[in-house]
Amino acid sequence: MSYLVHHLALVGAYTLQHMALVLVSLAIALIIAVPLGIFAAHNRRIATPLLGALGVIYTIPSLALLAILVNYVGLGFWTAVIALVAYAQFLLVRNIATGLREVDPAQIDAATGLGMSPRERFWRVELPLAMPTVLGGIRIAAVTMISLATIAAYINAGGLGVLIFSGLSQAYPEKALAGSLPAAALAILADLVLRSFERRALKSSAS
Amino acid sequence: MRYPNSDRNAVEGISLSIEPGEFVVLLGPSGCGKSSLLRTVNRMVDLTSGYVSVGDRDVQSLDPTQLRRGIGYVIQAIGLFSHMTIAQNIAVVPTLLRWERSRITTRIDELLTLVGLDASRYRDRYPRQLSGGEQQRVGVARAIAAEPSVLLMDEPFGAVDAIVRATLQEAVLRIAHTLKTTILFVTHDVDEALRLADRIVVMKDGRVVQYDTPLQILSRPAAVYVEQLLDTKDVIRQLSLLAVRDAMRPSFVPLPDASNTTETRPHSISAVSATSSLRDSLNTFLSGEQTLTVIEDGRSIGTLTFDDVRTALRKVI
Repeated sequence: MSYLVHHLALVGAYTLQHMALVLVSLAIALIIAVPLGIFAAHNRRIATPLLGALGVIYTIPSLALLAILVNYVGLGFWTAVIALVAYAQFLLVRNIATGLREVDPAQIDAATGLGMSPRERFWRVELPLAMPTVLGGIRIAAVTMISLATIAAYINAGGLGVLIFSGLSQAYPEKALAGSLPAAALAILADLVLRSFERRALKSSAS
Repeated sequence: MRYPNSDRNAVEGISLSIEPGEFVVLLGPSGCGKSSLLRTVNRMVDLTSGYVSVGDRDVQSLDPTQLRRGIGYVIQAIGLFSHMTIAQNIAVVPTLLRWERSRITTRIDELLTLVGLDASRYRDRYPRQLSGGEQQRVGVARAIAAEPSVLLMDEPFGAVDAIVRATLQEAVLRIAHTLKTTILFVTHDVDEALRLADRIVVMKDGRVVQYDTPLQILSRPAAVYVEQLLDTKDVIRQLSLLAVRDAMRPSFVPLPDASNTTETRPHSISAVSATSSLRDSLNTFLSGEQTLTVIEDGRSIGTLTFDDVRTALRKVI
């Protein structure tokens, strides 16, 4: 523990870097996944191959994916972002599509019949009702990203992985621990916070 | 009108005109096209040929979203928004129409009272906390919130039990009389149609077989199909459409009204309301009474005998 205590500022800096990597990736991932998810929800024929393809990306070992990406885009932060975004797509698109598809058809019919435009219907009825499932996807994606982001240190993307890898290679377990403990804490914290959002959304949308 | 992937028209060759304020029921077995016909009015279904106009405007020429905001819509599955409170559900169309907040709030309470729900108790509840019957009352309130000139009801009471259905029918009749809204109502329940309709559209295989008042349909069915569907020879059913007022003999010397009668006089079981149906009077005749006193607003206004009932029936048939 003494490494952690004596290098609090350094550990803090790596933690922030780690969070930045995850948050930037999550934001970009959502920007891509939301339209894809909506599209997949309305086009079943395209949903299956799309989710299949995203599923394939999801199954590629993370280190292998990073190695492939380094070949094309080089080392660094943004390479890691690309990898995290690619991984999250399967989880996000799947949950967004499922959530939207499971909205009670009677409520959609009523929304249309009362005179909501497709856009109004989406924001006022479909999205709120799909929210618990969507948030579930975001939670799993966020936790997955936090753990994957530790490996990003391998390609000079920074984050808590830096401490873990150098600790391991220097046979300095305390240093490795100073990286892995905050990483674990981040994952648990993200899970708890997003889970509480999910519960709140579930409470207000349950039929 | 034809659905994609179908080899026949869902509805065809139909020409109907409905008067403002009229309560018209579309009646027929499932698959006869009655719901499709209803849904052409608010363009939930689009015509492949022909036209539907509301007022003097062809609905096909209007933006469907704008059109629907001016037409109430109630469906069998109710479809209350489960993430919104009762008040928010009712406020949906007024909000889309950008009514002022205070006007919406007043309107919500007004509507809850109109459909027979206590506003202070129900306003902030969620749909899941209500029974099916209460939910459909809210469904009706939501549909008429922005004072539409036309109200479409697609088997609205198909999913509730008989007792709740009867109270909902009463509520809808009351609303129809107070608001003077034109109502189109789809059902496969013959008694419901007879009870509610000013005029009934009897449908079969996407076509209209007969369009007339309940009494005319029962007394002059246009086809064997109508006779069978409505069981038009059922005398009791015919009696349910005739009011006591129309069969009674008016008394010109009013009997002492209710307030003058002495306390000791037992409330006569032989009294019958002028607005009730002749079917209701049957019970009293069958229990042995010869002459019934017809009451309106607590006053007796005439008498009714079993012979009067038979005369009234003969006039119809």
